[in-house]
Amino acid sequence: MKNIRNFCIIAHIDHGKSTLADRLLDFTGSVTEREKQEQLLDSMDLERERGITIKSHAIQMDYEYEGEQYILNLIDTPGHVDFSYEVSRSIAACEGALLIVDAAQSIQAQTISNLYLALENDLEIIPVLNKVDLPSANPEEVTDDIVDLLGCDPSEVIHASGKTGFGVENILQAIIERVPAPEGDPDAPLQALIFDSVYNTFRGVETYFRVFNGEIKKGQKIKFVATGKEYFADEVGTLKLNQVVKSSVKTGDVGYLITGIKTAKEVKVGDTITDFANPTTNIVEGFEDVKPMVFAGIYPVDTEDYEELRNSMEKLQLNDASLVFQPESSAALGFGFRCGFLGMLHMEIIQERLEREFDMTVITTVPNVSYHAYTNKNPDDAFIVNNPSDLPDPSTVNRVEEPYIKATIITKSDFVGNVMSLCIEKRGMITNQTYLTTERVELTFDMPLAEIVFDFYDRLKTVSKGYASFDYSPIGMRVSKLVRLDVLLNGQPVDALSALIHADNAHTIGKKMCEKLKELIPRQQFDIPIQAAIGAKIISRETVKALRKDVTAKCYGGDISRKRKLLEKQKKGKKRMRQVGNVEIPQQAFMAVLKLND
Amino acid sequence: MSGIYIHIPFCKQACHYCDFHFSTSLGKKEEMIGAIEKELKLRKAELLTKVETIYFGGGTPSILKGEEINAIIDTVYSEYEVIDDPEITLEANPDDLDLETIKVLAGSRVNRLSIGIQSFLEADLKLMNRAHNAKEAKDCLDQAKKYFDNISIDLIYGIPNMTNEQWQENLDVAIALNIPHISSYALTVEPKTALHSFIEKGVIDPVDDEAAQQHFNMLIDTMEEKGYEHYETSNFAKPGYFSKNNSAYWQNKPYLGVGPSAHSFDREQRSWNINNNAKYIKALAKDELPIERERLSAIDRYNEYVMTGLRTIWGVSLSKVEKEYGQRFRDYLLKQSKRYVDEHLLYIDDDKLMTSKNGRFLSDGIAADLFMVDFAK
Ligand SMILES: Nc1nc2c(ncn2[C@@H]2O[C@H](COP(=O)(O)OP(=O)(O)O)[C@@H](O)[C@H]2O)c(=O)[nH]1
Ligand code: SF4
Ligand SMILES: [Mg+2]
Repeated sequence: MKNIRNFCIIAHIDHGKSTLADRLLDFTGSVTEREKQEQLLDSMDLERERGITIKSHAIQMDYEYEGEQYILNLIDTPGHVDFSYEVSRSIAACEGALLIVDAAQSIQAQTISNLYLALENDLEIIPVLNKVDLPSANPEEVTDDIVDLLGCDPSEVIHASGKTGFGVENILQAIIERVPAPEGDPDAPLQALIFDSVYNTFRGVETYFRVFNGEIKKGQKIKFVATGKEYFADEVGTLKLNQVVKSSVKTGDVGYLITGIKTAKEVKVGDTITDFANPTTNIVEGFEDVKPMVFAGIYPVDTEDYEELRNSMEKLQLNDASLVFQPESSAALGFGFRCGFLGMLHMEIIQERLEREFDMTVITTVPNVSYHAYTNKNPDDAFIVNNPSDLPDPSTVNRVEEPYIKATIITKSDFVGNVMSLCIEKRGMITNQTYLTTERVELTFDMPLAEIVFDFYDRLKTVSKGYASFDYSPIGMRVSKLVRLDVLLNGQPVDALSALIHADNAHTIGKKMCEKLKELIPRQQFDIPIQAAIGAKIISRETVKALRKDVTAKCYGGDISRKRKLLEKQKKGKKRMRQVGNVEIPQQAFMAVLKLND
Repeated sequence: MSGIYIHIPFCKQACHYCDFHFSTSLGKKEEMIGAIEKELKLRKAELLTKVETIYFGGGTPSILKGEEINAIIDTVYSEYEVIDDPEITLEANPDDLDLETIKVLAGSRVNRLSIGIQSFLEADLKLMNRAHNAKEAKDCLDQAKKYFDNISIDLIYGIPNMTNEQWQENLDVAIALNIPHISSYALTVEPKTALHSFIEKGVIDPVDDEAAQQHFNMLIDTMEEKGYEHYETSNFAKPGYFSKNNSAYWQNKPYLGVGPSAHSFDREQRSWNINNNAKYIKALAKDELPIERERLSAIDRYNEYVMTGLRTIWGVSLSKVEKEYGQRFRDYLLKQSKRYVDEHLLYIDDDKLMTSKNGRFLSDGIAADLFMVDFAK
């Protein structure tokens, strides 16, 4: 145990986590020349393409230092706020963390939020100033920023470059010398933390865990504490680039477990694994049933594909336990599913995976957060509204609460004014303003989560010219003056376009929504009135004018097949359109109303 | 019944809007006629029924001399079985139709003239780079009427800067001359035409769809008022004067097209000749047919039927769709057409699905929506 080190890498997105992980693997000879590829741990196509880490990944390295053999377990964490719970569980599995800070960008919002998570778990922090090879690197100042943040000595900050490999040896040395070896009682009952799971078509769910006490043996009867389920450990082992089967995984180590579980839902990140016969009395703290933050309807573009969509969603759920869904029906779109996501990125990922991996063309409706409505009859019982159309009749509603977040934004002082007015427009209330340096400011706001869903990231980027980073955490429900904004196309309400918004913004948003839809809905053979309404009151209207002329002048001998082929192509282009009433709506119109300011 | 289409790929000068196949150099004219006669001989087995229509299209068939036209017609008669009173149409341009030529044509088997008037107004003719002027347009019709009863003229509307009054004037002249058949087209800016590049460069104003739509409505109203039937999107005729040749295209009847770029149809496959004069002549000199063929699937045929049916007074027959393609196609057609029926762009008259007056100018997009397509393809 004394030669094991468990550590994670935490950083703001793009500060170089995945690249540095690659270098550590190279340097310790954990990958052969043949196995090498960039961002090795990001195994999903989506992760590679977008350059983001969506899932946690663990890998074990062997390293000899001063004549002794060490086992280094690296846990790479997702780099997006949607997945902060997973990050927190990965952190809980470690004794130390490399805190990577980009030498050009300095400290950003997620640097701080991830650091706090690590400190809460008493991790030893090793600050790494990364990307020192960049011409725009600013090592002195950024080191000062880090020293200010951590209260450490400048000499503790390791200068490194994931690109050139500079500093990697120092990092490994620091991991061994500074990160404490795991502690734990090998003879105590098994106590292990599940920090991730991966679905494998052939082997079922692979559970990744960290053993705190006792050991987990092949064939052992075990129990997952939170779910109460019992299994036999069919196979256990450690995680090299390929899995290494072991007869047991011992105290302090990180490994995988296969039990024949077929659905990812059964394996809850944060749960404790223990022995069935001799259970631990000590569960790993911090378990939460992750709750979806954002809800949206997902519908097949072609109504006939509903069953196929259900199959695809079920399969997707096998390897993404945080996806929840249940059937719903929409007057406009027919049968589909109301889905819960961890956040907007998660929603995008699900939509994209449905299209890529399952070849489904889907419509995602305007997303919303989860509201609590209280009726006059039952003013103490919350009625949960995950779909705007579920909001009870306004005359019967006592009050509505919506989820609030604490938003942390770090930006340059030049942009404080812009960021401030954006957040105020988004119903934010400033709670703190701290100058981290003379040029960099940390702002915190209490804000409705719903405002983040509506067009926040892009606008923040715009108003700060890209110099703002953002993070948030939930702070509970608050009462708000909310109304439902409905959209009517050709006189018919389209429930999939309804949204709950603050009464004060209703007119502006209604107007923008109509304008945006006018832009997105192609001209058709007849005029299409677009109206925004609150209750029976129309607050805004636009019209998509009918096409004037859409016919070939001449259609004789040779024109016929040429024209037919052209029109067939046109018809195929409509694959991503959904007919609602008599109007054809392009797939992206449902979502693009979120980008009202583009 | 069958039709024969003969493509004469020569013109005096290129009209600015034209993307048909033609050449302005007449050097190969004799060889071309020889090649066309050769093709007629080589393909006679392809027509299984009697020839009812012969159509000289182009290009500008009136560029040929009377005896050249007669020689081609004679070849048709000697190689094919022709009914007693076939419709034999010649497309002609006003600048070719002097009194002498008209008399020669009247003495031939040609019994229908389709004259490329396009406009009676000087400015329009100039803008389009037509070879004739306004006076020639009227004069030739005065003369032709004395020798031919069955005359069709082409008129183009939606020309940049054309006012409603000017368009009405064109229509009034045609009606005053009592022309029994009028083909009238919205000016279409095809890619790779001179007109297209002039508009791109700003030399000519772009066409205005709204004006074109007004002209189209004026056309429909005027024609209806004067007793013409609107039997196809762009075609109007007094009773008894429908073009038999063209109607065949829209009624799924077989036709044989000879000459470069000509298309043929035998109800199952479409074929088309190479659109290059020199290569066409060369191939036929070796007794080869420079032709490409494409077999139509049931879906293709259904789509073509919908597309052409919506353009005509014959509409799309639901029972015919069911009989030829099955219940599934009929159900699909009805389902897809519902929203257009709701919006009064289509209507169902007994067994026929038809475009309404408002739907006629939009029938392509509507047809596309009624198409069956295999998205996987
Ligand atoms: N110049 C330079 N670029 C780096 C370095 N480390 C990472 N990058 C680049 O920074 C971007 C983000 O790196 P990545 O490892 O994906 O960051 P992550 O989001 O923290 O995992 C990529 O384009 C990398 O190529 C470095 O040390 N120097
Ligand atoms: S005469 Fe007819 S075929 Fe020849 S260029 Fe003009 S429009 Fe085209
Ligand atoms: Mg990464």
